[in-house]
Amino acid sequence: MTGLQRLGIALVTAAIAGTAVWVLVPAWLGPKPAREVQLALPPGVTLGGPFRLTDETGTQVTEQSFRGRFMLVYFGFTYCPDVCPTELAKMATALDLLGERAEEVVPLLITVDPARDTPEALAQYTDLFHPRLIGLTGTEAEIAAVAKAYRAYYAKVRTGDGPTDYTIDHSAFIYLMGRRGEFVALFNPETTPEAIADAIARAIARSPRVSVAQPKGGHT
Amino acid sequence: MTTRRTLLALLVLSALPGSAAAAQDTLEIVEPWARASLAGRNSAAYMTIVNHGREKDEFISAASPVARVVELHTHLMEGGVMRMRQVEAIEVNVGEPAVLRPGGLHVMLIDLVRDLKPGETIPLTLRFRNGGERSLEVPVRPAGATGPMGGGGHGHGHGHGMPGPRS
Repeated sequence: MTGLQRLGIALVTAAIAGTAVWVLVPAWLGPKPAREVQLALPPGVTLGGPFRLTDETGTQVTEQSFRGRFMLVYFGFTYCPDVCPTELAKMATALDLLGERAEEVVPLLITVDPARDTPEALAQYTDLFHPRLIGLTGTEAEIAAVAKAYRAYYAKVRTGDGPTDYTIDHSAFIYLMGRRGEFVALFNPETTPEAIADAIARAIARSPRVSVAQPKGGHT
Repeated sequence: MTTRRTLLALLVLSALPGSAAAAQDTLEIVEPWARASLAGRNSAAYMTIVNHGREKDEFISAASPVARVVELHTHLMEGGVMRMRQVEAIEVNVGEPAVLRPGGLHVMLIDLVRDLKPGETIPLTLRFRNGGERSLEVPVRPAGATGPMGGGGHGHGHGHGMPGPRS
């Protein structure tokens, strides 16, 4: 079996709360754990696509809002005490390592907990990590759609009887998307900030800024 | 002499609350830290617990006035999916420190009664099956910290800290 085949990604659908959500199950969990931290997608598999969400200022955004820049995307939620802070900190450190080049990158936290993560809650939370980190929320359907497009998995797990007594299992990947929204790279929780910064720097070098006027709108 | 007697009295007094006092010496809590977070949200506390005694012990619960609920949790990483689950107890074996760190075992501070800000300390009481209680002051590190002050992680305690002016 070749490394590429081993790295093949199994896609599994799971019906959760009536919504089919794509699950990303990388094969590095196999008996021979691969050391790759930046994952390639098998031929024919795509990630990303159009979305309609609400940013932390309450403004409606789509994937077009960030065109011309790279998107560094993480799915998480503000009640997440451990993994999300760790991954968001990695994104923040990677941006700092990039210096001025970080302006080519829009860091996004897409919540998988839209019921609790209002724009205000996200604005407060993202400031804990990086002043440029933007939180995105939406309706349950909008979040389900963007998670499906990115093959991100999330599922509510009850921890008590109260309406807010739950946590959320979720995939902990960081996605790097290109200037036209195309998939560039996927990082797992073992990827270091340095490796993420390197990958972004290489992607920027491969895809220099286009001279066309870039969309503005409060996302700088 | 009075001073010495006072000291002696203090020593005796300080030993009183611990049915655990003797056993406490056998458990050492190394480099505890907690993550900055917001009121109403959750946080996590981390540390290494060393058992210098001869018997194994178990870390069975914790409490803090800054959180409405405090639980022991771990993370299971399955195919890139992080699943957080409560654990009944964390074993503290002799010669095998219990390591609580990001992405693994942690003390989850649920429904914070106030913001936790970097630089402050928060009280945390740990309860052990045999070793009784241990109360500590836990330093709060930035939300994006990866380890205790001066160690752990890869040296990138993120400098942005708590909310600053929005750009």
